[in-house]
Amino acid sequence: MRAMGRELPALLLLGGLAAAPFIGFGEGYMLTLLARMMILAMAAVSLSFIVAGAGLVSLGHAAMLGFGAYAVVILDDLQVVDALFVLPAAILAAAGFALLTGAVAIRTSGVNFIMITLAFGQMAFFTASSLSGYGGDDGYTLYARTEVNGARLLDDRLVFHFVCLGALVFTWLLCRMLLASRFGRVLRAVRGNPMRAQALGFSPYPYRLTAYVIAGALGGAAGFLFANATEFVAPAYISWQRSGELLFMVILGGLSGLHGALLGAIGFVLLEEWLSHQWEHWRILFGVLLILAVLFLPGGLSGIPAQVGRMLRRD
Amino acid sequence: MMNIQFGRRHALGLAGGIALGGLAAPTVARAQAAPIKIGLVALATGPAATLGTHLRDGFQLGMRHLDGKLGGRAAEVLLIDDELRPDAAVTKVRAALERDRVDFVVGVVFSNILAAIMRPVTDNQTFLISTNAGPSPFAGRGCNPFFFATSYVNDQNHAVMGKAAQDAGYGRVMLLAPNYQAGRDAVAGFKSEYKGTVVDEMFTPLTQMDFSAELARIAAARPDAVFTFMPGGLGVAIVRQYRQAGLASIPFLSAFTVDEASLPAQGEAALDFQTGTSWTPTLPNEQNARFVRDFEGAYNYVPASYAAHAYDAAMLLGSAVTKIGGNLADKAALRAAIKAADFRSVRGNFAFGANHFPVQDFWLAKVARRPDGKFQTEHVRKVYDNVTDPFAAQCRMPAA
Amino acid sequence: MSLTLLLVQGLNGLQLGILLFLIAAGLTLVFGVMDFINLAHGVQYMVGAYLAAFLAAQTGSFWAALALALPAALVVGLVLEFLVFRHLYDRDHMAQVLATFGVILILNDGIKALFGSAPLQVPMPEALTGGFPIMDGLLYPHYRLAIIAGGLATAALLWWLVERTKAGMLIRAGATNAPMVAALGIDIRRLFMVVFGFGAMLAGFAGVMAAPILSVEPGMGDNLLILAFVVIVIGGIGSVRGAFIAALLVGTVETLGRSMMPDLMRLFLDPSAARQVGAALASMLIYIAMAAILAFRPAGLFPVRAA
Repeated sequence: MRAMGRELPALLLLGGLAAAPFIGFGEGYMLTLLARMMILAMAAVSLSFIVAGAGLVSLGHAAMLGFGAYAVVILDDLQVVDALFVLPAAILAAAGFALLTGAVAIRTSGVNFIMITLAFGQMAFFTASSLSGYGGDDGYTLYARTEVNGARLLDDRLVFHFVCLGALVFTWLLCRMLLASRFGRVLRAVRGNPMRAQALGFSPYPYRLTAYVIAGALGGAAGFLFANATEFVAPAYISWQRSGELLFMVILGGLSGLHGALLGAIGFVLLEEWLSHQWEHWRILFGVLLILAVLFLPGGLSGIPAQVGRMLRRD
Repeated sequence: MMNIQFGRRHALGLAGGIALGGLAAPTVARAQAAPIKIGLVALATGPAATLGTHLRDGFQLGMRHLDGKLGGRAAEVLLIDDELRPDAAVTKVRAALERDRVDFVVGVVFSNILAAIMRPVTDNQTFLISTNAGPSPFAGRGCNPFFFATSYVNDQNHAVMGKAAQDAGYGRVMLLAPNYQAGRDAVAGFKSEYKGTVVDEMFTPLTQMDFSAELARIAAARPDAVFTFMPGGLGVAIVRQYRQAGLASIPFLSAFTVDEASLPAQGEAALDFQTGTSWTPTLPNEQNARFVRDFEGAYNYVPASYAAHAYDAAMLLGSAVTKIGGNLADKAALRAAIKAADFRSVRGNFAFGANHFPVQDFWLAKVARRPDGKFQTEHVRKVYDNVTDPFAAQCRMPAA
Repeated sequence: MSLTLLLVQGLNGLQLGILLFLIAAGLTLVFGVMDFINLAHGVQYMVGAYLAAFLAAQTGSFWAALALALPAALVVGLVLEFLVFRHLYDRDHMAQVLATFGVILILNDGIKALFGSAPLQVPMPEALTGGFPIMDGLLYPHYRLAIIAGGLATAALLWWLVERTKAGMLIRAGATNAPMVAALGIDIRRLFMVVFGFGAMLAGFAGVMAAPILSVEPGMGDNLLILAFVVIVIGGIGSVRGAFIAALLVGTVETLGRSMMPDLMRLFLDPSAARQVGAALASMLIYIAMAAILAFRPAGLFPVRAA
C-alpha cells in the first residue's frame, strides 16, 4: 500500500500524458512539446537511475542521446531507415560509448567523476562538430522519420506520442525493476559505503559499470526518438549545457526515487516554456525559482507531498 | 508607439481555449478581415542576440513604413526567440504554425536554426523567408517552393572577398576561421574565387577568444593579406588583437567580422579593415537613405545588413500581398507575387533567381568613421554586378 | 616551427594560464575549504569585465576602473554569499549545483537587461598601449606582459597569504578537515565569507584584466568556468599550488596544441583533412589530458585531502 502511494505521482503523471491528446492537448504543436518533454523525461529517468541509484553523477549524459541521434543520422545517410535496424544501432552505439568511457570514468568518484564524464561528453561534442559530411555544426536534416517494418508509422503524431510514452514507461519500469532487484541493492550499498561493499565481497566496479552502460543504452534510445521528433540532429544536442539541463531536471525533481526525474523533467520543460512567454528576460525569473526551489524544497518537487504532510501534522 | 503586437500568449494557454482549436480547423473559415500573422524568428538569447536585435528592428521598421499593413490588411508580428537551440526552435515554430496559425515565418540568424525549422514550416505549406541564414544546400538541391531568402547564400560574401583579393593582386593569403560548418564554408567560399597561394588555413575552436597563437603564426608567415570570418564577439576580439599585435600593415579582409553589429565595440581598431557585403549604409539610393535615417531615428544605432535584409523582407511581403489583393489562400499566386520581388530594395538591384535566392550586387567595403563619431562600413567598389549564386544551377525547383 | 615562434606561443600559453589561475584559485579554495561547488564562479569573471567596462566609461580611466571594480566585485561576491550561498553550505553538492546554476541564469540575463547583448569594449590603459617587437613583424603588447606580471604577483601574494598568515593556516586546515577547525572554536562561517569574497574578487580581477583584449559580452564566463573546473580537478581540489601548476599546464597545452596540432597531423593525413582533424583534436586536447590524468591519479596531481 505504501509502495503504491509512493508511485502515485508517477502513475498520475504517466496517466495524464496518456490522456493528454484527448483532453485538449491534441493539437500538433502540443504533441510536439509533449514528445520533447517525454523524451527528455526518458533521458532524465535513465540519468536518475545512475545518480540516485548508484551515486554516479554524470555531466555527460547528453552524449548518450547524441550517439543515439547520430546513429539515426548516419544510417539515414546510408538510406537505412527501418527501426528494426536503426533502433538497435542507436542503442548499441550509445551503450558502446558508455562502456568505453565508463570503464575509465568509474575509477574516479565524486567531483572527479562529474568532470571526467564532462570531458568525454566534450570529446563527443567536438567530434560531432567536425563531421562535415553530416553538416558539422549546422546539423543534419533527416530525409524522413524512421520507418517501422516498412510502414511510416511514426509520421502520425498521435502514434509518435504513444511511442514516446511507451518508451518512457518502459524506461521507468525497467529502472524501477533493476533498482528493486538484488543488483539495485548492491548498487545502493556501494553508493552508501564502497568500503563495506568491498568488505562483504562485492567488487563494486562491474556493478557500477553495468548500471552506467544500461543508462547509456536507454539514453541512446531517447536519442533515437529525439532525432525522429525534430527530424533534425545537431551537435547542440550534445553540448555540456544539455547534459547540465538533464542533471538539473533530476535534481529539481528530487533524488528520492525515479518519479522525481519524471516530475523534474516535466516541470523543467513546462516552466521554461511558460516563463519564456512572460518576459524577455525570463531567465532571471527561472533562476530565482530554481534557487527558491533548492532553499525551500529540500526533497525536490517529488518531496512536496511529504513536506506538506509534515507541515500539516505539525499544526 | 509601435503598431506591432508581440505574441505573449501562454504556451499551454493553461488548458484553456486551445482545446477547441482542433487539428482540422478549416482555413476557409478565416475571414479576410482577420489580421495577417507573421512569425518573426529573431534570436534574443546569448551573446549573438545582438544580431537578432538588428533583424527584429529592421523588420519592424519595415512594418512601420508599411503602416502595419500588408496589402490593406492589418498585420501582426509574433516574436519567436529560437535561443540558438534547434530543438527549442522547432517546438516554438510549430506552436506558431499550429496554434497561432501564422501566415509567414520570417527571420532566422543562424543556419542551423534555419535547417531545423525548414521542414516543419514548408511541410505546412507556409512561406518561410530567411532574412539572413542562407546555407548552400537550400540554394542548390534542397531548394523549396515555399522558401525564399532576401539575404544571400552564405558562401557568397566570402567568394566576394576571394575575388577582391584576386583583383587586388595579393599573391599569398592566410585564412583564419572558427572550426564549425560556417567557418569551413567561409574558407571554401574564399578559395572558390581566389587563385593565388593560400599559405595556411587556421581553424580555431568556436569558443576561443584569444588569438595570440594564430597571430604569431601570421606574423611568422608574412602573407600579403589575411582573410578571416569571425562573427560577433569573436570579431571584436580578433580585430582588437590584430591591431594590438601590430599586424595592421597586413591588409585585413573579412566577411561578417567588421559590421555595424560589432563596430560599436571594435571602434578605431577596425578602421580601414575590409569586408565583402551585399549592403552598406552608404549605398546611394533613395530607399536606403530613408531606411538608414529612420532606423537611426527610431532605435538610435547604426543598422547592419541583418537589419537591412529584414527591412527588405517586410517590403517584399508588402508588395506581394498587395499584388494578390490580400487573399493568401491561393498559394501559387502568392508564390508568383513574392517571386516577382516588386519592391524597391535598399540594395538597389534585387530580383529572385530560379532558386528563390536574390540576384544582386556585391561590394567591397571598408570601415570608416562618420562625422558624428560613429563607425560604419562604406562601399569601396562593386565586385559583382547582378550576380546569381553558384548553387542556383543545381536547383530543380519542385512543383508545390 | 622556429624557436622564436615557440617562445611567443609559450608566452601566450603562460598568459592564458595566468588568467585561468586567477579564476581557478578562488574556485579551488571555495571548493576545498567549504566543500561547496560554485558554478556561478564564472559569472563573477563576467561581472568583473562588465564592471570594468561600465566604470571605464564613467571615469574615462582604466586604472580608476580597476581600482573601483575590485571592491565592487568583492561586494557582489559578498552579497551573493549573504543572499544565496550561505544557506547552501550544509546541503549536498546537488543542491549547490542547481542553486548556483540559478545564479548564473540571473546574472547572465540581468547583465543583458542592463547593458544589452552587444559586445562592449574597454579601452586599453594609455601607458600600456604599445608593444615590443618580439619577432619580425609581430608586436607583443605591453598590456599582455602586464597581465602576466599582475597574475604572477597575485599568485605570489596568494601563496604568502595561504602559507604564511594565520588566516591562511586556517584555510589550509579547513581544506583538510573543516569540522576540526570549527571544533577548535574558529568562526568557520566568517572564514567562509572571507574566502568567498576573496575568490569572487580574484575572478573579477581576471575579468577586468581580460576586458581590454577580449570581447565583453553576456555569458563570457560560461566556457571559462568549465576550463577552470578542469584546472582545479587536474590540480587537486583545494590546492592553490596544484591550481597554479594545472592552470599553466592547461594554458600551455591549449595554446601549443592549437598551434602545432595541424602540423603534427600533416605527417599522417593530407593537408585539408589534417587541418580539420587537427583543429578538432586541439579542442579536445585538454579534456584528453584531464581524462588521462584522472585515470592514473583519480584525485588529481596534488591531492589535499587524504581520500
